[in-house]
Amino acid sequence: MTGHKPLEGYRIVDLCVVWAGPFATMLLGDLGAEIIKVENPFVFQPMTRGAMARPPAALIEKAPAWSGGFPNNQFGDRPWNYSPTFVSLFRNKKSFTVDIRRPEGLDVLRRLVARSDVVYENNATGTMEKLGITYDWLRQANERIIFVRVPAYGSSGPYRTARALGVHLEGVMGHTLLRGYEDTDPSANTAIYSGDYLAGAQGAFAVMAALWQREKSGEGQLIEIAQAENAAAMFTQAIMDYTLNGRVQGTIGNRDSFGRAPCGVYPAQSPGTAEASDDHWVSIHCTDDAAWEGLKRAMGNPAWAEDERFASNAGRATNFRELDALIGAWTASLDDYELMRRCQAEGVPAAPVLEASRAFDDPQLRARNFFRRQRQADAGEYEYMGPMWQFGETPVEFSQPPVMFGEHNDYVYREVLGCSEDEYQRLKDAGHVSMEYDASVR
Amino acid sequence: MHTAPRRATVKPEAAGGACRRLGASFAARTGNAWLTAQHNQPGAFMQAFDDITVLDLTCHIAGPYATRLLADFGANVIKVERPGGDPARALGPFQGDDPSPEKSGLFFYLNCNKRSVVLDLKREAGRAALLHLAEHADLVVESSRPGVIERLGLGWETLHQVKPALSLISVSNFGQTGPYRDYRASELVLYGFGGEMYSMGLTEREPVKMAGTAALFESGSAVAVAAGGALFASKRFGIGQWVDISLAETHFGGVDRRHAAAIGYQFSGRKMVRVAGAAAGLPGGIYACADGYVDFTNAGLYPERVFDMLGSPEWALDPKYADPLNRLNPEIVEEWNASFIVWCIERTKREIWAEARRAKVMCGPLFTMADLYEDEHFRGRGFWQKALHPVMGEVELPGRPFTMQTGGWQLRRPAPLLGEHTYEVLREAGLSEAEIAAAAGEGVLR
Repeated sequence: MTGHKPLEGYRIVDLCVVWAGPFATMLLGDLGAEIIKVENPFVFQPMTRGAMARPPAALIEKAPAWSGGFPNNQFGDRPWNYSPTFVSLFRNKKSFTVDIRRPEGLDVLRRLVARSDVVYENNATGTMEKLGITYDWLRQANERIIFVRVPAYGSSGPYRTARALGVHLEGVMGHTLLRGYEDTDPSANTAIYSGDYLAGAQGAFAVMAALWQREKSGEGQLIEIAQAENAAAMFTQAIMDYTLNGRVQGTIGNRDSFGRAPCGVYPAQSPGTAEASDDHWVSIHCTDDAAWEGLKRAMGNPAWAEDERFASNAGRATNFRELDALIGAWTASLDDYELMRRCQAEGVPAAPVLEASRAFDDPQLRARNFFRRQRQADAGEYEYMGPMWQFGETPVEFSQPPVMFGEHNDYVYREVLGCSEDEYQRLKDAGHVSMEYDASVR
Repeated sequence: MHTAPRRATVKPEAAGGACRRLGASFAARTGNAWLTAQHNQPGAFMQAFDDITVLDLTCHIAGPYATRLLADFGANVIKVERPGGDPARALGPFQGDDPSPEKSGLFFYLNCNKRSVVLDLKREAGRAALLHLAEHADLVVESSRPGVIERLGLGWETLHQVKPALSLISVSNFGQTGPYRDYRASELVLYGFGGEMYSMGLTEREPVKMAGTAALFESGSAVAVAAGGALFASKRFGIGQWVDISLAETHFGGVDRRHAAAIGYQFSGRKMVRVAGAAAGLPGGIYACADGYVDFTNAGLYPERVFDMLGSPEWALDPKYADPLNRLNPEIVEEWNASFIVWCIERTKREIWAEARRAKVMCGPLFTMADLYEDEHFRGRGFWQKALHPVMGEVELPGRPFTMQTGGWQLRRPAPLLGEHTYEVLREAGLSEAEIAAAAGEGVLR
């Protein structure tokens, strides 16, 4: 190992909210860039450090685990530092506070921008403008700045002001009608945020493209990621089927979009009920004839599998309901991990549909040291999901645990901005510098 | 369609020496170590990664999507296909439902802006040609089963000797190590295991996945980020390295709910249950309307905007709606839904979205591909692009993933025919006609 990180020495100002932006800056932080979150003690942006700054205690019960699952099932004193919905995205970042709605606060931001390489924001359209933060304003502070914006539908056109989370713009791009069960209406679909994944990762990629370009040309620039347009790639098959063939695709549930069968989710032996999240399922996908032959062996070569209708992929695809029921009858009495081992031993793609808590017991993730133990003063010590890649020479390290609100005030004001003690004190007295949201903030 | 900016093609014997010398002197003259000989040419800086060559051994979806992103922003991506081609050529949708290897819409989308070289890596000449190409590459990306490239004598150790600053990205289902190293997988298997699929669907039913191969496209984006990281480490510090990417881990570590479900459990011992995003009061979830459906998930975070959308801003003063806890009360939810469902059903999805936009309510109509294709917003912004393909003719496809002021996305060439550039690329690399024929095997386009 060399001690170097790919993006060390680059500083990125993080004005991000919700998931798509913070995921991008998290990835850039994982690659070694210095990420500085700019936070405001007087403004709590919902869905960034939680739904509310100081939620009523009873809300814990009503919220699902991924938003209500706070340490020891209590909100505690500073819930914004450990919201399960967001806390994993706070690693490898620094945080300082300033009220950028006030002129002296905006000037602090201007000085930070002058010492940075990139400003990244994904707020609702108009939010930055209202604060006076435009590309021109940033360029006056720093001629070489790279400014990334992630408007839901872009900065032009009739939908430019539409408010959206990932789930809404995925609906517009067709995803919601393309997924879910075949026999229910789309209101049965769970809200998901795949567009945040795509736009977040590609936002990190965009920053690197712009930095690479700047190293050669000397010039910064403005990047726009219209998140809806960005999401389109994920639905390529459906889009291209329409542009090439005029065909409007609908959902096919868990079946394979290329018609390879069997492909499905089958019941495994379960230690408990779905209500207790203890129902177990296994996915099995025969991606070629060899896999089907393997599945027959894994099942112990039952007589029904020799049925002529299942001999070819076309036959298996046509008779998928019957085939799925027969496979399900085999899987139902076996453990999901045992099913995976039996299938994989015969070359059949298969794995448990894993409920999140079980990941921590998975032998593969353990063997690869995937999880990272992090201690944060407010939350305590827990294991978090690990990085997305293993670099041989510049490994991703979680050197900064999930950052607490205002944790790096001293560092940013004194070391980065070079504030005098007098000035720092004046800003403190004016309420800019804090590790708490103001008491007026709900 | 733009034509490709001419690349500085240098005779291979000269490539190492002369090219580097020229680059060095140019860099010295300009004082910028990032500049290479190529930037001495007219039209330099056209695209961000136009000084990068990627040797792309990946196939199927995730790897090719990553290298497509690099190619879209200027990289010279040489797609090395096996005789018979990338298996994605056999995956639909096909133009006119004709399963020709040159008519796959999926392959087309994934491989625009790349050149295709067919190499038979089972032959000595094929492997020699590959190592020759590697000498001129900045990055190699591969997605074969773990251990395969090593057995061919083309693994990390070999590549590292060929060119120390070169990085290799290996993309596999579960990673290069561990008990599942050799396990097979697919979109469904990977997403069900690594992604937060368990909590998608209805409690009493099986978990249900995303559409198509969305998860593999997500993974491809994650691979592209790693490629960027490897390029920076190589360029800035001369570090060549092997990057091991497990597709499963790109979902365990991804942003779409999985991290939150996992840490929520770590914190509290609570687990995610499958619950539909069904209409949950003060709108949350998906509602039927006159001509389809609209999604109002989380719109209730700003109730005053919803009341404004409905033309009843005074409801914001109603005490029964003021308390966020009271709004979750089943009786309130039922009362709310009774009127809201009627409001939706009397309006079209576009009418509802227009009202929601006016009042800044979070909302999205559920579009079909026909709705999307005809939509004026996306068309007006230049979302749809056209490419001319020698077999498929004019093909329409989604364009840029994001816009840059300079150095940005270009559609320079359509997806390549199988082996279309074998002779062109290997001639550039200085191979003789006989060597090329030996490396490529039978039936390659000249």
